[in-house]
Amino acid sequence: MNFETIIGIEVHAELSTKSKIWCGCSRTYGAETNTQTCPICLGHPGVLPKLNEEAVNLAIKAAMALNCEVATDTKFDRKNYFYPDTPKAYQISQFDQPIGFNGHVDVEVDGEMKRFRIERVHLEEDAGKMNHTGEKHSVVDFNRTGSPLIEIVSEADMRSPKDAVAYLERLKEVLSFAGVSDVKMEEGSLRCDCNISVRPFGQEPFGTKTELKNLNSFSNVLKALEYEEERHRKLLITGGVMRQETLRFDEAAKKTILMRVKEGAADYRYFPEPDLVRLEIDEEWKERIRATLPELPVARRERYMNNYGLSAYDAKALTSTREFSDFFEATTAAGAEPKAAANWLMGEVLGHLNKSDETIETMKLTPGALAELIRLIGDGTISSKIAKRVFTAMIEEGAEPKAYVEANGLAQISDENLLRGYIVDLFEAHPQMIEDFKNGKDRAKGFIIGQIMKQTKGMANPALLDGLFHEEIAKR
Amino acid sequence: MSLFDHGVAKLHTLLKEGEVTVTDLVKESFDQIERTDEKVGAFLTLNEDAFEQAKRMDDLAKTADNPLFGLPIGVKDNIVTKGTRTTCASKFLENFVPAHDATVVERLHDAGAVTIGKLNMDEFAMGSSNENSAFKVVRNPWDTNRVPGGSSGGSAATVAAGQVLFSLGSDTGGSIRQPAAYCGVVGMKPTYGLVSRYGLVAFASSLDQIGPLTRTVEDNAYLLNAIAGHCDMDSTSSTVDLPDYTKTLHGDIRGMKLALPKEFMSEGVSDGVRKQIEQAIETLKSLGATVETVSLPTVKYALPTYYLLASSEASSNLARFDGIRYGRRAEADALEEVFTYSREQGFGEEVKRRIMLGTYALSSGYYDAFYKKSQQVRTLMKQDFAKVFENYDAIIGPTAPTVAFKLGDQLEDPLTMYANDIMTIPVNLAGVPAISVPAGLSEGLPVGLQIIGNHYSEPTLYRVAHAFEQANGGFKMPQL
Repeated sequence: MNFETIIGIEVHAELSTKSKIWCGCSRTYGAETNTQTCPICLGHPGVLPKLNEEAVNLAIKAAMALNCEVATDTKFDRKNYFYPDTPKAYQISQFDQPIGFNGHVDVEVDGEMKRFRIERVHLEEDAGKMNHTGEKHSVVDFNRTGSPLIEIVSEADMRSPKDAVAYLERLKEVLSFAGVSDVKMEEGSLRCDCNISVRPFGQEPFGTKTELKNLNSFSNVLKALEYEEERHRKLLITGGVMRQETLRFDEAAKKTILMRVKEGAADYRYFPEPDLVRLEIDEEWKERIRATLPELPVARRERYMNNYGLSAYDAKALTSTREFSDFFEATTAAGAEPKAAANWLMGEVLGHLNKSDETIETMKLTPGALAELIRLIGDGTISSKIAKRVFTAMIEEGAEPKAYVEANGLAQISDENLLRGYIVDLFEAHPQMIEDFKNGKDRAKGFIIGQIMKQTKGMANPALLDGLFHEEIAKR
Repeated sequence: MSLFDHGVAKLHTLLKEGEVTVTDLVKESFDQIERTDEKVGAFLTLNEDAFEQAKRMDDLAKTADNPLFGLPIGVKDNIVTKGTRTTCASKFLENFVPAHDATVVERLHDAGAVTIGKLNMDEFAMGSSNENSAFKVVRNPWDTNRVPGGSSGGSAATVAAGQVLFSLGSDTGGSIRQPAAYCGVVGMKPTYGLVSRYGLVAFASSLDQIGPLTRTVEDNAYLLNAIAGHCDMDSTSSTVDLPDYTKTLHGDIRGMKLALPKEFMSEGVSDGVRKQIEQAIETLKSLGATVETVSLPTVKYALPTYYLLASSEASSNLARFDGIRYGRRAEADALEEVFTYSREQGFGEEVKRRIMLGTYALSSGYYDAFYKKSQQVRTLMKQDFAKVFENYDAIIGPTAPTVAFKLGDQLEDPLTMYANDIMTIPVNLAGVPAISVPAGLSEGLPVGLQIIGNHYSEPTLYRVAHAFEQANGGFKMPQL
């Protein structure tokens, strides 16, 4: 039997605002527990929410970047449920009038262009963080409570785990480039839940779906979905009945683990939030946000290929993250030749980052310095071999390339008269070499150049030296 | 003779002239509380620092410009006060000490008023008799076998008993006006959004409004001046420019057009109340106003609409009382049990009844029939009022259908209890302002005249109420 897999994804992304959505508390990641709180985010009696306009701006921006329509008249609703991480016992969210709707992303999967539709993007608040440490007690950290979130709900358009990962990668890229979220899965600023079902090919109704929660990396998304897809298929083949379940992925065991069986839909008793007024987003507001939308990765890639002559592979690699791409942009803006900048970034810089704990943002290398290094190579001041040494100093100690080259005497010897003098001296000392070379023994040239390199401690400009050697030998 | 027989204006002069000190006023309050509160039961918590504060203020009083400077006030116990226990008359919050002040409390402090203490009420403002306080009932100073009304029963009784000059209450479905009527004081429910709700423990967010209870209309205007106005912490707070309410009181009401909805004088209204209201109408006419009978046809749906909407919002607003972070926490082994037992032990019967009603009304499958339908009726009711205000300056009628009833009389019968608010509830649903002003006695108990106006028509309401008060005689202190 042939099966078709159906996947839909809900993504939660924390918006990059300075303060929380309903109060002025700051939201630095990693702050000491329960220090970024106030009566408002702790849901004390009598407090009221006050909407952070920046959160709305970022939600609109995200919706636009995901090709959504943006609501003109919208509102907030209460989603009611009891849980210790939710101090008001309701989450302020958007029920039937999301801020963005009818969006999509286009992604290439295995050489095929696919469009994955986005049903909605809505604005809501984050909950606190539960820590189930003790045997008898759990503790809650409310620092995250009230952080602004967008929830992005896809249509059930994905047909394979690969589709799902491609969709997520594109989403992450867009949110990052648009500057609406820092999309760090490891810090929880990007989280995703996947719904998967399997049906016999050609069957109209969807199969029973299971929900995968708390997937903490794209590779786990892939593994978990592949595992789940296989589990569904096997069950269907053997005539089993799939239950509607919520599962998590056990990384070590490489399998999905049942969290709970869903018995009917939970009743959140949504109703319009009476503590907030309706949110009207007029054309002027929308235009203001549209004007701040930066160039998104797809457009950047095209520009890199068309204007810089980079390959599709290079263009993709350079736009893997916004920070990486921005570094590249800054390096070319500082005057570096794009192809050379690309090679350095994808070679040495990535190589260094992979080996160290540093990131493109924290490393010591600056775009200006990299551009300078590229210029020094281009104008023959240093050889590419020496350049690697300079680069190491730059990335490890933050060295300024020009100053470093001067201080360490690393500039190449490109003085023609000096180099010619070396050649003439060696020809006189070893006349046999001229004979040998003319008789076709290339080793003779190797000997002469090698001697000069030895005498100049490798600083002789090799291209220039090669040319001068041929000029001198031709005279004899 | 009580110092509080002088109103705000006169006391302000006396303070400036040094004839009276802030300490004198605070002492007057505490002496009267000492004498009467065992019988009345208005206060849940007293401000132990009041005399200290008074002493510090005595020297400043002569140069103080704010008319409220040094005047003693009582605050309903669902308005949070930093460092002072705020219980909402609920076991759940018996020991809850807020970390912040409500906006109105901040404004009172800025004005220089002295908070005497926190006033008893129906638990979480749910009730019409004050018998739903988890701690003690409040008794009507006119007859201590009778209820003071609710839910701001403590706020009305304390003013009637001369324990403070004035007080703050909150009104979700008549909770300022009905007790004001029962206790013979002036109570104003301002336009929704006029007074900040920041720091008012929410019962029904779309209906709740804080307002002043006073002996006189003029004092009421002084107190509203101090608390009204935009607050940045409340998104539903209005941004309109406000007048000085004390400046527009005086002046006659000749030519004013008043509407009497026939639904407000229907068979549910007792003969005694009807008689007083008819007399009040004659008084208003003698002052030059015209009174015509109109109809507010949707008013008959007010009670079910209100109980569905208010309870729906309450079920969500009161969900934060879960035993996790503050308030009562039951000993339990499992999370569900912490929630369940804390709430079971912390909430009283009426609160539980309304949470269940609201939870049901919001449930999937019932939402359209109950919550949504109620919102539609609410819209119609607003239109009803708007239509009347196209042709009339204000609407008049009784505040409550009867005078104060006996303690325990309606306790077992929630539906009869709910009917006490039939004339006040439509006002909250429409979001408009209304004032209750004393209109004589029936069977020796106060009757209230309710005057309802269009949005932001508080100046008109004060003017009509003031003219009526001057003609009718105004506040009388009960014998306790």
